Amino acid sequence: MELTRRNALLMGAGAFLAAGLPFRASAAAEDAIAAFTGGAEVGTGDITLTAPEIAENGNTVPIEVSSEAAVEIMVLAMGNPTPSVATFKFGKLAASRAASTRIRLAGTQDVVAIAKLEDGSFVQASSTVKVTIGGCGG
Amino acid sequence: MAKGVKPRVKVPKTAAAGDTITIKTLISHKMESGQRKDDDGNLIPRSIINRFTCDFNGENVIDVTLEPAISTNPYLEFEALVPEAGDFKFTWYDDDGSVYDTTKTIAIE
Repeated sequence: MELTRRNALLMGAGAFLAAGLPFRASAAAEDAIAAFTGGAEVGTGDITLTAPEIAENGNTVPIEVSSEAAVEIMVLAMGNPTPSVATFKFGKLAASRAASTRIRLAGTQDVVAIAKLEDGSFVQASSTVKVTIGGCGG
Repeated sequence: MAKGVKPRVKVPKTAAAGDTITIKTLISHKMESGQRKDDDGNLIPRSIINRFTCDFNGENVIDVTLEPAISTNPYLEFEALVPEAGDFKFTWYDDDGSVYDTTKTIAIE
């Protein structure tokens, strides 16, 4: 193929589209975060997210979140087709602001936990999980 | 109602007043994510448990919103305060409108 001006333009547009694809998923994650925080600044601090470094099977990845002063904790899987995973709301009789569950991960990605604290501020923690077999049946 | 849904909950039978106990819950449910395709390439519609709550004598312990990224047979573990003897009520809400619940009684030593 001769590299004409038209071809060069086409190639440029193609590269732009290909690069743009991964951003769609993270845009959904950003929307979910914005809906949870209401656009407030998210700091770091009093929150722990425990997830394995390597998960052989993306269908069941055990995770645990805890945060001493949290009212709510939201968990997101940034690389999943739908990033939201779960939201834990703690009631009056919750002895600790911690919970564990098992989640699905489509592939190697960051898992993010965001906690809403009693004073109304937000903190987050993230952890990268390497997934050998994805869990979204694609 | 989805078939074969069976809630399982592990709560100690007794506790001291004011004690913290660990509760483990599991419900057998396929948690169809709505992302998978069947052999003919048709999308299998989403069918999950979307909410779980635990209450003790009418007072809320935890309220969890579940999304399709929760594994098959959703498992949850958390801690609760036991101020007095009473009943833990666990409720799961299915996408199809079904509600599954189970109750565990705890006594004070």
